[in-house]
Amino acid sequence: MGTGTGGDDSLYPIAVLIDELRNEDVQLRLNSIKKLSTIALALGVERTRTELLPFLTDTIYDEDEVLLALAEQLGSFTVLVGGPEFVHCLLPPLESLATVEETVVRDKAVESLRKISQEHSPVDLEVHFVPLVKRLASGDWFTSRTSACGLFGVCYPRVSSTVKAEIRQHFRTLCSDDTPMVRRAASSKLGEFAKVLELDYVKSDIIPLFTALASDEQDSVRLLAVEAGVSIAALLPQEDLEDLVMPTLRQAAEDKSWRVRYMVADKFSELQKAVGPEITKNDLVPAFQNLLKDCEAEVRTAAANKVKGEVLPEDSRETIIMTHILPCVKELVSDTNQHVKSALASVIMGLSTILGKDNTVEHLLPLFLVQLKDEYPEVRLNIISNLDCVNEVIGIRQLSQSLLPAIVELAEDAKWRVRLAIIEYMPLLAGQLGVEFFDEKLNSLCMAWLIDHVYAIREAATCNLMKLVEKFGAEWAQNTIVPKVLGMANDSNYLHRMTTLFCINALSEVCGQEITTKHMLPVVLKMSTDQVANVRFNVARCLQKIGPVLDSSALQAEVKPVLEKLATDQDMDVKYFALEAISGMYLFNLPTYIFSETFSFSSILFFFFSFSLSP
Amino acid sequence: RVVSSPPALEMSAISASEKVDGFTRKSVRKAQRQRGCQGSSQFAASSSRPAAPEISALPQLKDASSTEQHELFMQKLQQCCVMFDFYDTVTDLKSKETKRATLSELVDYVSTNRGVLVEPVYPEITTMVSTNIFRTLPPSENPDFDPEEDEPTLEASWPHMQLVYEFFLRFLENPDFQPSTAKRYIDQKFVLQLLELFDTEDPREREFIKTVLHRIYGKFLGLRAFVRKQINNIFLRYIYETEHFNGVAELLEILGSIINGFALPLKAEHKQFLMKILIPMHTAKGLALFHAQLAYCVVQFIEKDPTLTEVVVRGLLKFWPKTCSQKEVMFLGEIEEILDVIEPTQFKKIQEPLFKQISKCVSSPHFQVAERALYYWNNEYILSLIEENNAKILPIMFGNLYRISKEHWNPTIVALVYNVLKTLMEMNSKLFDELTASYKCDRQREKKKEQEREELWRKLDELRLQETSAIQNNRHEIQFTAETLSFTRVTSVP
Repeated sequence: MGTGTGGDDSLYPIAVLIDELRNEDVQLRLNSIKKLSTIALALGVERTRTELLPFLTDTIYDEDEVLLALAEQLGSFTVLVGGPEFVHCLLPPLESLATVEETVVRDKAVESLRKISQEHSPVDLEVHFVPLVKRLASGDWFTSRTSACGLFGVCYPRVSSTVKAEIRQHFRTLCSDDTPMVRRAASSKLGEFAKVLELDYVKSDIIPLFTALASDEQDSVRLLAVEAGVSIAALLPQEDLEDLVMPTLRQAAEDKSWRVRYMVADKFSELQKAVGPEITKNDLVPAFQNLLKDCEAEVRTAAANKVKGEVLPEDSRETIIMTHILPCVKELVSDTNQHVKSALASVIMGLSTILGKDNTVEHLLPLFLVQLKDEYPEVRLNIISNLDCVNEVIGIRQLSQSLLPAIVELAEDAKWRVRLAIIEYMPLLAGQLGVEFFDEKLNSLCMAWLIDHVYAIREAATCNLMKLVEKFGAEWAQNTIVPKVLGMANDSNYLHRMTTLFCINALSEVCGQEITTKHMLPVVLKMSTDQVANVRFNVARCLQKIGPVLDSSALQAEVKPVLEKLATDQDMDVKYFALEAISGMYLFNLPTYIFSETFSFSSILFFFFSFSLSP
Repeated sequence: RVVSSPPALEMSAISASEKVDGFTRKSVRKAQRQRGCQGSSQFAASSSRPAAPEISALPQLKDASSTEQHELFMQKLQQCCVMFDFYDTVTDLKSKETKRATLSELVDYVSTNRGVLVEPVYPEITTMVSTNIFRTLPPSENPDFDPEEDEPTLEASWPHMQLVYEFFLRFLENPDFQPSTAKRYIDQKFVLQLLELFDTEDPREREFIKTVLHRIYGKFLGLRAFVRKQINNIFLRYIYETEHFNGVAELLEILGSIINGFALPLKAEHKQFLMKILIPMHTAKGLALFHAQLAYCVVQFIEKDPTLTEVVVRGLLKFWPKTCSQKEVMFLGEIEEILDVIEPTQFKKIQEPLFKQISKCVSSPHFQVAERALYYWNNEYILSLIEENNAKILPIMFGNLYRISKEHWNPTIVALVYNVLKTLMEMNSKLFDELTASYKCDRQREKKKEQEREELWRKLDELRLQETSAIQNNRHEIQFTAETLSFTRVTSVP
């Protein structure tokens, strides 16, 4: 028993299985490859090694889709070939896969190779794995050399020092490869490789490579070196940083290509962490100022995202931000590019916690106000979304006067997604501003959303009402919201009448039994005779929803007759939902209706349409 | 603001008229109109630098004596190295006009005069051209720029840049131009920077660079291999890494004429280019933008060396689009172009896999794909090839044709299929009758095979389940044995 003798030769001759892998239909071939482990299991470990793997190695020419699946499968095939002592059998097919053109396949093959490298014993690694890496590294076509770049790091720590020297030599060669594709691959793996090297070799080998790649003629290579630079800086002792990496990094921050500068801005936090507080203070802060003033909006956007400077030394953080960063931030607030302003708006509020109340009121508040009036809704939205940060520092009252016009404007924005976003902040604002301010200024807005022409907004508005009632209580609801909501039941537009029902669905529970029974239920019941079928079946659904809030006498005396009447409606969807409601509430004896499939299907369709309609 | 014609039309109008004179009022006007929303890395960068020095008009070259002319020419070249910020529409207006007039005069000067290209002007010219055109291209204004749908961002400084390109072309085309002198300045680095510019979004600029590169390729033999290698790299990056490069069509156009000039037998390098770059390029998302040029290159190769037919067709079949009908139609078009020039012996080598694919296309639910494939039967040469090999092709095509003649939703397709069936019947009525007779049996056999496969996989899956439970049982056993062992040891040591 066990995996060794699992295959029954007469039942599953390899030819049949291989036929499956060769099927003319790509989809079937793909399915078979995805179940390769099943085939291997049927063959047993011995025949998997001697027959299946050679077949796979030989017939590697296939559609990339199939190759991708194969590369992935082989990564977890160790058990199926008989465990770690035979894992090297998997190398030949993966080696071929690591040389194909398609990047996705190659990357997957490299991933699988990295995975199984760990299952090799140190001896096998040197006998089987390292030679493969060397072959790839000196391949004719660039694909194999790119793949090799990703494999040095995984075998280096586990081989003898002579082999280590060879590996370093190969990596060096690839870093100065003729093809930019290979140099890009080497550049992107430089950081990873540096991490497994001994510190002396980091200094003697990696640093020159880093310097060379960071001044490559192609900006695509240079920008990848920036990321490597961050990893390398983290490995070196503080005293070496200045001589070994800083000149290169400084140069990258002033590169003539915006892509490289963008990368520096994008990796800024990591970079600060890697070089430590001293260098950050003296060196990176000026560089950062330049990035904030960069001529390309892309770079400014990336930099603006980092203005909080999380990694700055605790003691001098406030001073640095006040004296060096804030002046640039002030300029960015009136940048010409909306993405820059939008990025800034999403982080600028975070500065208030760092700078404290006085500075916030004096320096930041005016900036918030400018951004709140920005011409782009996204900028204003980002400010409003982060109001809670400021609230902690100075309280929202200070902002409310200037906040209000901005909110009102966003609430009426032409884009419904903007309106939706602002609705979602209403409960938060209401909580912070208090009930009086809310009633006076915002209540009418919340009610206006209920008759928005976009369904998503009406839906969000009902949900918003519920949250408001949770905050302000049932009594407030009864006085301010409920009358208006119920008033809409007489609207001439059936969509507005339905909104009443949806509001009741949402509000009944938070308003409690009394309000629901006394005020809402009569309206719902009255709507059961509405001339529009959609309203009637929503009455049925509404009754089911508010049922649990009502007491049993109301259910029996008032709800039951209405539902029974709706169950005999001439519209089949009304019928359907009335019956649903009846059975859902376990109130009555179920009438013996037969639900045919077509019946419920059409109901669902109709239901679907009723929601995608807009007036 | 007047927007007269749809963007596609307007663009083609520009490139067509530029082929004639290189100057189009319309495109210049358009650039000015759109200035508000465009960037240029070069000039945006200069805004942080000190303002450009004012330049004042020098005397006209034609008024200068022949001894002064050379010196004045040099001065004017240097003057044209001063860069202006076209982002800013209000400052330096006078200097900008002076530079424009000077450039325009220089264009005139190098195209009408003989003997002006003495050695010292080469470095000056190269410097002036480099300063004006080489720059890191700015990020696209529209990150989701769709070259088929969106208006390209036009280069702000075009009023100057166009003249610089014009001047450079006239310089390269001047009868006195000496490549042996120029090669010191127009070197690998220069060409590399030029190639990067092909990524510009401005189609007017790409059109100029294309002509410039073509001239350079023609005149500098020493740079040819380098240019080809760098174009390869650009294409590989486009196919496998970024899927973004605006100048693919233009580069392919140049390559089309380069391939045309290849000597026979083809070098391995060129074959590799065909198989590893041109064929995989068919997988690109933006194929529609350069398919015509790409197909031209591929057909050029086959015309040069017909023995490449088999690998090319098999390559195209490998990358045949799975879901994109628009691309499928393009592939069918390219295959027809290949079939137009195919040698009958080569045709025999690929007919089976090819017609299996065509048979699938014919039965495509997308009527444009089906229609495009069925049009093959209107092509006399293809028809003759099919007739010659009907014993092989008829059985491949029959099943699907017969089926869709009854099932296809589109009446036009059904009509076309009937015609094709009729043609095939006339070619070999005996085989046709046999196929009709065995159609049902064949379908049943296929069904049976299908069932057998399902059965096989069902059994394999069962086996898998057994194995998994067996392994688990095994583990239990091992655990149990371990317990027994420890128990034995405890008892054996009293």
